[in-house]
Amino acid sequence: MNHSYLLIPTLPVLGALISGFIGRRLGKPVTLFLALCAMFCTLGLSVYWLDQINHGVRINQDIYTWAVFGDAVFSVGFLLDPLSVMMNMVVCSISLMVHIYTIKYMEHDEGFFRFLAYISLFTGVMLALVMANNFLQLFFGWEGVGLVSYLLIGFWYTKETAIYANMKAFIVNRVGDLGFLLGLGLLYKFTGTLDFQAIFNHLPDLVKHQYELFGFGQVQLVSLIALLLFIGAMSKSAQIPLHAWLPDSMEGPTPISALIHAATMVTAGIFMVSRFSLLFEQSDTVLNFMMGIGAITAASMGVLAIVQRDIKRIVAYSTLSQLGYMTAALGASAYRVAVFHLLTHAFFKALLFLGAGAVILAKHHEQDIRRMGGLIRKMPVTYLCMLLASLALSGIAPFSGFFSKEPIIEAVKLSSQAWAPWSYWLLMIGVALTPFYSFNLMFRVFHGKENSAVAHHHDHHAHHVDDHHHHDDVAEPFWTIKLPFIVLAVFSVINGVWLAPAMLYGNYFSSTLVALPAHSNWLHIVEEFHGVADSVIHALYAVPTWLALGGIIVAWVYVWKVPHLPEDSQTDKGNLFVRWIKSGYGFDFMYKLLASIIFSLGAFFSSLDRWGIDGLVNVMPRIINVYGQRLRQLADGSISSYAFFMVTGVVLMLGYLVYFIH
Amino acid sequence: MISLGIPHYLIISTALLVIGLTGFLFARKSLVVLLMCIELVLLASTTNFVLFARHYADIDGHLTVFFVLTVAAAESAIGLALILLFFRKTQSANVSAAVSLRESA
Repeated sequence: MNHSYLLIPTLPVLGALISGFIGRRLGKPVTLFLALCAMFCTLGLSVYWLDQINHGVRINQDIYTWAVFGDAVFSVGFLLDPLSVMMNMVVCSISLMVHIYTIKYMEHDEGFFRFLAYISLFTGVMLALVMANNFLQLFFGWEGVGLVSYLLIGFWYTKETAIYANMKAFIVNRVGDLGFLLGLGLLYKFTGTLDFQAIFNHLPDLVKHQYELFGFGQVQLVSLIALLLFIGAMSKSAQIPLHAWLPDSMEGPTPISALIHAATMVTAGIFMVSRFSLLFEQSDTVLNFMMGIGAITAASMGVLAIVQRDIKRIVAYSTLSQLGYMTAALGASAYRVAVFHLLTHAFFKALLFLGAGAVILAKHHEQDIRRMGGLIRKMPVTYLCMLLASLALSGIAPFSGFFSKEPIIEAVKLSSQAWAPWSYWLLMIGVALTPFYSFNLMFRVFHGKENSAVAHHHDHHAHHVDDHHHHDDVAEPFWTIKLPFIVLAVFSVINGVWLAPAMLYGNYFSSTLVALPAHSNWLHIVEEFHGVADSVIHALYAVPTWLALGGIIVAWVYVWKVPHLPEDSQTDKGNLFVRWIKSGYGFDFMYKLLASIIFSLGAFFSSLDRWGIDGLVNVMPRIINVYGQRLRQLADGSISSYAFFMVTGVVLMLGYLVYFIH
Repeated sequence: MISLGIPHYLIISTALLVIGLTGFLFARKSLVVLLMCIELVLLASTTNFVLFARHYADIDGHLTVFFVLTVAAAESAIGLALILLFFRKTQSANVSAAVSLRESA
């Protein structure tokens, strides 16, 4: 048996250990060489296993028994099927690009080795997650990536906002993890196993179960489990209302925004639901809910992307919106469409983030798009790559986004779920919003006049030391930064044309991601597929394409009419509605309110404990104390009184002996 | 002639005990007086030992008296030495000066 797949998650972890523990001693070149070697080998192995899977090999193997409690056996095992090798490819390729990008981007940071160790560790844990064959290992990876995400958001740990942001990410993810864990607990209770295949085998029994949920009466067990698992996915994949952590996670260094908070980790929820498509298929309620949540996220976060002024936050809200599309596709039972969008999105969104990072670096840590402009002349390659990514993101044919987004909209349109009609309209709104905010960003950053003269606001990163440059030396970045751009741009363009026929319309996922016949309306689009060229031509007649083009034109008009966005101080006076939007629909406010309610409850119970229970308990020592205070007056240090007590004692004892003993 | 019986001796020893205790409890002046009062209390008990040893013609009582007197001698030697040290420290042998065990508050 070929066990080389074991190296896929272990090599990056090895790389992380090397960079983390002995990196400083080995020196930068050696460490980088080893870390990149590990990533290259991992990618090579992923390609090899992709090939194996394409030749019909399937691996589902427990390799180590981790713990045995009575009948419960928890093992470490790996599952290689089309879904996991595809995820492997996405994770490894994006990770390798980010590794290369990091060489220059983090060059002057004193935490360089720490950073390298974290991103390698992230890659390893993420790979362990996607290759897991049981829920325990998936949960290990799930928490592992959460941990690394936490560490990296707070990478600049002297920056207060970064610390708040990583706390926020961690706490919001705990909420989702609670749901996830409860779901796992229910699964384990009713199936007695956490192994994927075994759970799937138990599924027919599971469907028949009803579950008594506290006072709420009987609920369908499968729906409950699916809902709880989806809550976990909501926090990881940042769906409303558990999305609040993702925009703030932009406090971390840009490469990890690209790797973790755009391309890979946030898609873990999408991946998990796809992996468990068989289970989710059993519950119309949850599918419907997923579609609704996804559609709401897609549209509402698109709106927020428009009002952002920070280049990274625009891209972050765009990520939220695209994750909403994926979730909506999951709700429509179009799992392979969701996963395909995951793949295309990973490439162009990573590219957009890396591009944003290059711009930020070129502008010396200026992140506000109001201070940018005219960069097209200085950074043509960056511009071109980001333009391609934006076109792909907007779903313009024949770029990759078109091939993944269009089917999502079609799938939701054809879905038989109750919420499908309005979800469809929300997604259509999202289609128009996406190009608007993307090109709003592109035009303001790269076109027009250079705004660097007004730059007086800096987002200081204390750890960066290259601030001694002047603002007029904005230039194309170093080639190690450009190389990932070009590679990612190429894939952003060709992924759709190249992979859609096999992954979306072919048989690649036909054995892995299964939709029930009742939910398979969307397969209609597969029947209508007549080759890539045909779909591109067909795009000319499709509403989304025109909406997208319209969005670009509106963005151009907007930038032309309002070349200088108002400063914050002026816009803060806007009416309630504008402020509501600007505050991100007040979610932070709601969470603060919730937290303050919990805090005051805590304060109430704390005072109850302090004054009520402690008060009662303290009565006894108080009594003793009072009498003790009186008694110690007797010990006045004078010999005669001590002598008096002594004699009195003797007399009393004698009296006792005389009168009671005799 | 009045024959002296046990009650008379007991009255004497009780008187000695009472004098000793009273002096011990109510001495306000000298530490030496305290020591003397303790001797009186001891003498009260030795008088009883001698009395009942004679009365029962038992030698054990006489023997005990020797032990008590030895202990009393040792005790007064140590007591006097302590008083001497106390005097060196406080320039006084007054009972009311010996209050260092009292709380400072």
